Amino acid sequence: MLKRSDAPVSDDISAQPLFPLAATDLVFADRGRTLIDNLSLTLDGRGITAVMGSNGAGKSLLLRLLHGLLTPTSGAIRWGGNPLSDEVRARQAMVFQRPTMLRRSAADNLRFVLNHLPRNERDRRVEELIAEAKLDHAAATPARLLSGGEQQRLAIARARATEPEVLFLDEPTASLDPASVHAIEEVVRTIHADGIKVIIVTHDIGQAKRLADDVVFINRGRVAEQAAAAAFFERPATDAAQAYLEGRLQF
Amino acid sequence: MSDSGSIFSLALGLVLSGDAELWSIIALSLRVSLTAVALACLIGLPLGAFLAVVKFPGRDAVVALLNAFMGLPPVVVGLFVYLALSRSGPLGVLGLLYTPTAMIIAQTILVTPLIAALARQSMADLHVEYDELFRSLGLSMSRTIAALIWDGRYSLSTAALAGFGRAIAEVGAVIIVGGNIEHVTRVMTTAIALETSKGDLALAMALGLILITLALFVNSAVLTLNRTARRLAYA
Repeated sequence: MLKRSDAPVSDDISAQPLFPLAATDLVFADRGRTLIDNLSLTLDGRGITAVMGSNGAGKSLLLRLLHGLLTPTSGAIRWGGNPLSDEVRARQAMVFQRPTMLRRSAADNLRFVLNHLPRNERDRRVEELIAEAKLDHAAATPARLLSGGEQQRLAIARARATEPEVLFLDEPTASLDPASVHAIEEVVRTIHADGIKVIIVTHDIGQAKRLADDVVFINRGRVAEQAAAAAFFERPATDAAQAYLEGRLQF
Repeated sequence: MSDSGSIFSLALGLVLSGDAELWSIIALSLRVSLTAVALACLIGLPLGAFLAVVKFPGRDAVVALLNAFMGLPPVVVGLFVYLALSRSGPLGVLGLLYTPTAMIIAQTILVTPLIAALARQSMADLHVEYDELFRSLGLSMSRTIAALIWDGRYSLSTAALAGFGRAIAEVGAVIIVGGNIEHVTRVMTTAIALETSKGDLALAMALGLILITLALFVNSAVLTLNRTARRLAYA
């Protein structure tokens, strides 16, 4: 179930655009339960996309399927017409709800993903990323001793160090205090301004309003609604989305 | 026979006086067991990490076998190594029987499953935590294993110390393949067995005291390592 896709790789895939992303008739079932149910979705490479929906709707699963951490039971995922492959995934990065911190210093967590660079360049890049993440005071601190917000900023910096074209964020601000949420949203805006497509799962309606250009609303493993953010929040087209925004929808 | 109190005094005197025979036995014991543990780490740590990371048919059986081999009886290991190294054995031509090298081989075989099994368990726990990140980063298997070993270094150190504790304290394997030859293959445990049978209880007790001290040292080191790792959030 957790195996990487064995799909064939197109020639010279690294030069081809990743978008549009097209997921067609995706199904993901686990232990007899269909968790993603004939989901189809098309995304372009612009803006910040918020994936919303109630608990258990399948948002995080969808991110893992799109990034190739899970293999769909059936259906197809195409990035710029190409199937998911190691080459495609090398152009993406993902930050998880609970950031995985290596048992090393904050700076060494960044060095870990930059080991292909010459030493001088690597050290310079680590300094830049540490500064951007506002972690100058904590570069030598063991990463697991950082606060929740600092850990998440470090995780985002580490993802950014891989120079992705797409960044998946799976509820990056869940259980963080308002100041940490604000700091992370600033980082997300900077990343987006640098031309990186951001796909963020969030439960925070305020955050989605602040960040998102468009919203994909998932309900019971399907895309119930996909719309520009302003339109979605003003006039949700489905009863489920309306109920979700009013805090009435339960899975 | 002297009473226990005087034996203990004599033993302490031997330790404190720097008795040459006593210290040569201690030095050989440490050389053999430390070398065996180093070799066992070289084999056991990557093996444990490999078993924690790579899924293949029969992996559970290999893990079960490894766990069972943690309790290998030293005399049985000694017997197999003896048969392999004896003149008519497949490795007899090397002429290693009754040498410290034979003892190192026996202890390496004895300790490797213990270190590999403990490493596998701790690497498996760490791998569960790191798995999605490493797959997201597209890490190769060799980099995954290297990262797990480095990040698990504190818990792996305790596995190595447990291996050292088993090696330094065993007598069955080294007495069979080493032969307990004075100034050549006599180590602490074989000397204790011999001196006790000869009735020289002071030397046996002196060696026993050293062994107990080493055991205390190993356990304190394990405790300190674990505490340090937790304090630094490396555990």
